Amino acid sequence: MDNGRSMSVRVKIDGLNKNFEKVEALKNIKLEILPNELFGFIGPDGAGKTTLFRLITSLLLPNSGSIYVDDLNCEVDFKQVRNIVGYMPGRFSLYYDLTVEENLNFYASIFKTTLKENYHLIKDVYEQIEPFKKRKAGDLSGGMKQKLALSCALIHKPKLLILDEPTTGVDAVSRREFWELLKKMQKTGITILVSTPYMDEASLCDRVALMQKGEVLAIDKPINIVNDYHGDLWQVSTNNMNKLVSHMEGLDKRITQVFRFGETVHCTTMDIEESIVDEIIVEGLKKLNHDKIKIDRAHPQIEDCFLSLMVDNN
Amino acid sequence: MTEENNIIVVKDLVKKFGSFVANDNLNFEVGKGEIFGFLGANGAGKTTTIKILSGLSKPTSGQATVAGFDVSRETDKVKRNIGYMSQKFSLYDDMTVKENFRFYGGIYGLSRKDITDKTASLLEKLDMLDQKDMLLKKIPLGWKQKLAFSVAVMHDPAVVFLDEPTGGVDPITRRQFWEMIYEKADEGITVFVTTHYMDEAEYCERVSIMAEGKIEALDTPRMLKKQFGVKTMDEVFVKIARGN
Repeated sequence: MDNGRSMSVRVKIDGLNKNFEKVEALKNIKLEILPNELFGFIGPDGAGKTTLFRLITSLLLPNSGSIYVDDLNCEVDFKQVRNIVGYMPGRFSLYYDLTVEENLNFYASIFKTTLKENYHLIKDVYEQIEPFKKRKAGDLSGGMKQKLALSCALIHKPKLLILDEPTTGVDAVSRREFWELLKKMQKTGITILVSTPYMDEASLCDRVALMQKGEVLAIDKPINIVNDYHGDLWQVSTNNMNKLVSHMEGLDKRITQVFRFGETVHCTTMDIEESIVDEIIVEGLKKLNHDKIKIDRAHPQIEDCFLSLMVDNN
Repeated sequence: MTEENNIIVVKDLVKKFGSFVANDNLNFEVGKGEIFGFLGANGAGKTTTIKILSGLSKPTSGQATVAGFDVSRETDKVKRNIGYMSQKFSLYDDMTVKENFRFYGGIYGLSRKDITDKTASLLEKLDMLDQKDMLLKKIPLGWKQKLAFSVAVMHDPAVVFLDEPTGGVDPITRRQFWEMIYEKADEGITVFVTTHYMDEAEYCERVSIMAEGKIEALDTPRMLKKQFGVKTMDEVFVKIARGN
């Protein structure tokens, strides 16, 4: 079709295990990413996100299990896989002594294409750094390096784009802009896998896998993960926020989870009627000398879900 | 807040690199035991300020004192009174937990006895006495960050600078980390912290937000949200950093 990406790819991972000596980096991962999906891997450092991406890009071999990109097996058909994958590793794979333009030309030539030929593919990203094309990559700001690395990953017209923590250490505003860019990329028909430790970015993906210590805790649309939240969630604030978490934890067995959440504390209750929440929480806190107590129902966020899955898992 | 209670005092601070103004006339104070959030977009000039306040870089003009010492003339005294940790640079992977404490304790000029006592009490608090002889590289990231924080405050500095201390850390550990911050602030250590997690901005007593070298806003999170007529610090940040 218009850009040659009419056939976007599907990624199928089955029974995947990867160990580094005694460390189980990935434990029995099974998931399928649909063509043209923007799929997020959400989790902290050590979750196994980078290992998984290195396996998909054929840079590592699994101990067992398989990964298919369409009908290509990442172990056997690695040469073909590498041709259709664009990979942006966590630490930028740029040559700092080359200029912006030289970096792009270098990556283009590896894949036997040219900047000119595929300019339209990277235009949205590249035009933001084009005024600096004669500058050495090492002299760019973090945000500009990120955009150059993305341009380099896109220059060979990949069908599958894999971005390892592209927004880590990037400020909240630049992060938003980067996600707007990804949404645009997706419209060209490409399949995109992206990892991030920022839970708030989950809602920007079509579907996400929440990961922790080599395991997938949940896979679904962000909205479904949030809707599946087990229990009732409340946000509480008082005049003594510093002591609120520890005080609430001891109030009642049916308060299952208490965490600080921005300016309030989020607490989860099980099997408590709405009508007796006041009795248990408000009265309980008053006895512990809290004042200006405010309690409201709260909508769970992905981070609430992640915290609860972590607690269940431990 | 009285004068004597201000641990950091910054007055008309300017730092230029050639014609580029990285810090453009900064003025602020941070009190003893305060948790001060120092926010801003990448490239806004935060790192430049932190380097000046820790005696690593000299201001072009203006003044700053940390714990009563002038940052351009009394750099040694400044350095002795601060602690520093960041996500990237913290502890040595090829040393054990105990060796890291001993190494930093030595650098901070603590006596052998102080180092032994401090190491024991800090490790006990972290419930990590059993891991004291483990190489640091064998320790999970979340624990490493907590260790790095303990090391950064083992000499009871007046101020501890935390540069994105929780990047990449899981959400439970991130919260435990903040509990440690509160505890140290309660003991009177001033905490000067940068972060990209906007919920963490809410945990600070006061927050400043920098854009293009200037401090564009400085207040409690509550007042900032009121001032900008928004509900979250994220929205405050976006408004300021996008310049509208």
